[in-house]
Amino acid sequence: MDKFTRVSGAAAPMLRANVDTDVIIPIQRLVGTGRTGLGPYAFERMRYNKDGSDNPDFVLNLPQYRDSPILLAGPNFGCGSSREGAVWALMGMGFRAVLAPSFGDIFFNNCFQNGMLPIVLPEEVIGRIAAETEAAQGARHTVVDLARQVVVTPEGAEIPFAVDARKKEALLEGLDDIALTLRFKDRIDGWYAADRAARPWAWESVER
Amino acid sequence: MPATLFDKIWDPHVVADLGAGWSLLYCDRVLVHDLSGGRALQEVGEAGYAVARPELVFATPDHAVSSAPGRTSETFPTGAKLLAGLRRRAAETGVRLFDLGQDGNGIVHVMGPELGIVLPGTTLVCGDSHTCTNGGVGALAFGIGASELKHVLATQTLPQRKPKRMRVRFEGSAPEGVTPKDMILAAIGRFGAASGTGYAVEYAGSAVRALSVEGRLTLCNLSIEMGAKIGMVAPDETTIEWLKGRDFAPKGAAWEAAVAAWHALPSDEDAVFDRDLLIDMRDIAPQITWGTSPEQVLPITGNVPDPADAPDAEKRGAWEAALAYMGLTPGAPIIGTKVDWVFIGSCTNSRIEDLRAAAAVLRGRHVASHVTAWVVPGSERVKHAAEAEGLDAAFREAGFEWREPGCALCVAANGEAVPPGARCVSTSNRNFVGRQGTGARTHLASPAMAAAAAIAGAIADVRHFAA
Repeated sequence: MDKFTRVSGAAAPMLRANVDTDVIIPIQRLVGTGRTGLGPYAFERMRYNKDGSDNPDFVLNLPQYRDSPILLAGPNFGCGSSREGAVWALMGMGFRAVLAPSFGDIFFNNCFQNGMLPIVLPEEVIGRIAAETEAAQGARHTVVDLARQVVVTPEGAEIPFAVDARKKEALLEGLDDIALTLRFKDRIDGWYAADRAARPWAWESVER
Repeated sequence: MPATLFDKIWDPHVVADLGAGWSLLYCDRVLVHDLSGGRALQEVGEAGYAVARPELVFATPDHAVSSAPGRTSETFPTGAKLLAGLRRRAAETGVRLFDLGQDGNGIVHVMGPELGIVLPGTTLVCGDSHTCTNGGVGALAFGIGASELKHVLATQTLPQRKPKRMRVRFEGSAPEGVTPKDMILAAIGRFGAASGTGYAVEYAGSAVRALSVEGRLTLCNLSIEMGAKIGMVAPDETTIEWLKGRDFAPKGAAWEAAVAAWHALPSDEDAVFDRDLLIDMRDIAPQITWGTSPEQVLPITGNVPDPADAPDAEKRGAWEAALAYMGLTPGAPIIGTKVDWVFIGSCTNSRIEDLRAAAAVLRGRHVASHVTAWVVPGSERVKHAAEAEGLDAAFREAGFEWREPGCALCVAANGEAVPPGARCVSTSNRNFVGRQGTGARTHLASPAMAAAAAIAGAIADVRHFAA
């Protein structure tokens, strides 16, 4: 997994509520494709005109936000489908952090699995970062510093944020979850042996 | 200490406390499907791991398979590659596969309960957000992403944080035309599409107790549209009767032990929920969504909302965008809105009772001439059961296409789609922008409401179509 320590750049505002993972990446782009190469399809139904040209009204097409690593989002961002392709597509567009008042639960977990940092911040804080960024026409950057757990706004205010301690360590170190879990292999096997004895009904009919 | 149904399943499944609120949770069952299953099984091997417990993993193609009558696995070529991968990896790893056209095949959340793969008191995960459906039999089931799927295949466990507990009680008896779909849509409309985020939801109350298992599966299915990864209904005699004799349900002495264990699962009388909500069934009418989020829903007698009446600027913007996409006029009655397509199917509403309810409305009537109407049974078994009852004939005579099991128009990942601009009344679970196809306009409703819309050629009140 990619490490995450600190990113800096213009924060792109897309503040509408309930942006679902179907909007982030249509399912048709995920049928038989891999984790990479999805960037051009992120938000494609909003991002392009019918003829395939860029929609100039779509905020992420504005020149100041084209290479933005930070997305400012609205409540319930990433709701809906469990498709991890939503994270892969956002990362393919260059995003490494998403700041929103709330997230869809599965999307939130999927972010951490890929070195993307989702941060929950109050709506007014996100609005402030958006306003400061817009006032500077994207010339002033927002910084997301995971080690210090602060977001530095374009005008220099430091906003602390909460992050799960376990996820923070995994992001900073780029840890492999499976290897970490398999350190508990004996306990996993022990749990099963005990449960097999206690709840034979849960296991007998699927054993071979 | 009093405990909820959710605690009674979660707590005994904790293998290890990982600190900082994290638990390593044992997953009793894993379901995989064609869209991500083959690749997940492959990636486990490529990362140097083995599939930990292949006998606990069950595979079925559903997402990217054609639903056309007479389909084969080659009918949708892109999906054929995915299915070939799933077949190959399932065979290599020893995972049971219920292949296309075989007994047991179907939409993953239809076939899982149907075969007794998912049982009360068990934990289940699947790389699909509607895994919450399976909570309808009293299991703790939730959807996961591709990386978590790989993790669970390699270890049979997942590191998870325990969610909070929420209860939604539906009290009273169902008014005319009100189905489980209407109950859950009404709850999402009232409480919001993010109201369940961070919670495991238990549905309770007299109206839930009165539901069949099929109805409870429908109720739990839309938990994720309320933001909750987990939805559950406590097992009772209805559940036990429904599960008895199913393929992977316990047998003999094990069955007796299971039933005894299941009787202890319901939430204790004095169990405490972090959030406790109540809905009076008398307040629910048949529902229809008008917008592009499941929370944008109306009773069928309602009018399309006017953004001028929105409670705040953010909602106003959302309503305006939804109305523009849906091509609706603020303030106009939703009833009578012309419909081009009707889809009956999906892991929400493709079970035998759903098909019976729709067919009951259709008998002696015909689909409006301008409407394309599809019914896609949820599984091979649902299809055969329906055919044995003559439901396929009832649908065909009414002008519906009787198709092959799969996700089909719910997710449009199989080459089938509602055309741009077309309006579809759908029994599925998401009315998101582009969900049923680029530019497609989706109105979510119950199977009976969908049948009524097909006949009327417009959004209609099922109560005007009494059988």
